[in-house]
Amino acid sequence: MKKLLALTLLGMVMTTATAQARDGDDEIRLAIDVPYEPFVYRTPSGELKGFEIDLGNELCERANLDCTWVEQSWSGIIPGLLSRKYDAILSSMAITPARANQVLFSIPYYNTPSVWITRRGRDIDISDKASLEGLSVGVQRGTIRDSYVTQMYGDVLDIRRYSSSQDVANDLIAGRLDLSFEDYPVAVDTFHFREPDSKFKQVGESIKTPTSIFGKGAAMAFRQRDKALAEKFNQAIRDVYANGTYDKLMKQYFDYDISLPVGKQ
Amino acid sequence: MEQLNAWFVELLSNNDIFTANTLGYYLDGLGNTVRLVFLSLIIGLVLAVPLAIARGSRRKWIKWPVFFYTYVFRGTPLLIQLYMIYYGVVFIEGIQDTFLWVILQGAFYPALIAFTLNTAAYTTEIFHGAIKATPRGEIEAARAYGMSRALMMRRIIMPSAFRRALPAYGNEVIFMLHASAIASVVTIMDLTGAARFVYARFYAPFDAFLFVAAIYLCLTFAILYLFRHLEKKLLAHLKPING
Repeated sequence: MKKLLALTLLGMVMTTATAQARDGDDEIRLAIDVPYEPFVYRTPSGELKGFEIDLGNELCERANLDCTWVEQSWSGIIPGLLSRKYDAILSSMAITPARANQVLFSIPYYNTPSVWITRRGRDIDISDKASLEGLSVGVQRGTIRDSYVTQMYGDVLDIRRYSSSQDVANDLIAGRLDLSFEDYPVAVDTFHFREPDSKFKQVGESIKTPTSIFGKGAAMAFRQRDKALAEKFNQAIRDVYANGTYDKLMKQYFDYDISLPVGKQ
Repeated sequence: MEQLNAWFVELLSNNDIFTANTLGYYLDGLGNTVRLVFLSLIIGLVLAVPLAIARGSRRKWIKWPVFFYTYVFRGTPLLIQLYMIYYGVVFIEGIQDTFLWVILQGAFYPALIAFTLNTAAYTTEIFHGAIKATPRGEIEAARAYGMSRALMMRRIIMPSAFRRALPAYGNEVIFMLHASAIASVVTIMDLTGAARFVYARFYAPFDAFLFVAAIYLCLTFAILYLFRHLEKKLLAHLKPING
């Protein structure tokens, strides 16, 4: 038992040593939590694929860095970064104040929008606030969508809060609700509103702002002291937005807009 | 009093959670809880009296349906009953076009129906037990006076059964108050709904739920006091002479 423990410890020391030895190179190790479709997943042949893989490779190419991917489960992803198992995280990590205390965030590179849904055949104009008077909207209790409708439409809409998005869908079908305000990918799964024979449709534009409610979006994370590396990736993100590469990649994986064009943030 | 007032003002100014705004949610919640529980108890009580008499009937076709009803509603969780009445009914084809939809469209009436049917089932059994426990002597004395069954029921059995049922019924009222905490699953902003909203908004489960627990305690205490008072008045004849 003691021997085993000693061996394990020795192994750990050696891994750390090699990790530190590699730290000076231009080789950058990017951590990602697999799978999170369509951002990252494994093909049947075992290859990593997805929007974030493509985006990460593109960014590394722009920044003239030699990147490798490291798989890391979500719960240990920040400790792993701080203990130098890899140099950056590129794994749909949303910027929050608590995380910003521990890591250095790049500029955000995507944010999923939220969307207004109603039954097909209903005519509702979200931008005309006065016309919404007395209509009911269903949201999941305590989500950012709840905060948004409470702050923006609390005075006109009758806000009904549910425990799950399935309950909201049920009451929208039943005719108890006029509207629902839902996270776009979730809405795609529960309402199927983009399919031609769906009972639901989108109302108005998809919504990603204000950032005070919806958050700044997902960003890469670095160790606090690696400011130069973060700046390289910031520039690369700006570049892929500017030259249209980002749009091209996004359209391969999404048929809705998750972009956060620099300057609009 | 002034000190208390100053303390309260300071307490309010020193925290981000219990602002006038969130206290307003709790106040609305209190209104909704009290309305829901009070109405369901009153209607449930009115329903339970004839049902309790029917439950004790000698005729099987009267007795069994009532037993079946109380068995089903006491044998299943209130939460499930609420889900069935609120979410379940919408899967009945064409219900939106019937007059029933006027009642079922909102969240309040489905919850009221579920709560009423549930408390009526329990109250029926409480009363049925109290009626069954009427001393033989009282019934024989009433018969000796030549009372009809209806008159005997009205003058002898029911008044004494009500008194006997009082402590058990007081418990049912308190259980109903606590059971009403599930109303927020069908979007009603009751006391618990307000607490869940504040919890989700400020990520402060302790503050939100401790505060609402204190309100429930106050309500329970008020109910206890009311029933203690009623028992003292109505059950005075059962007290020991020197008690």
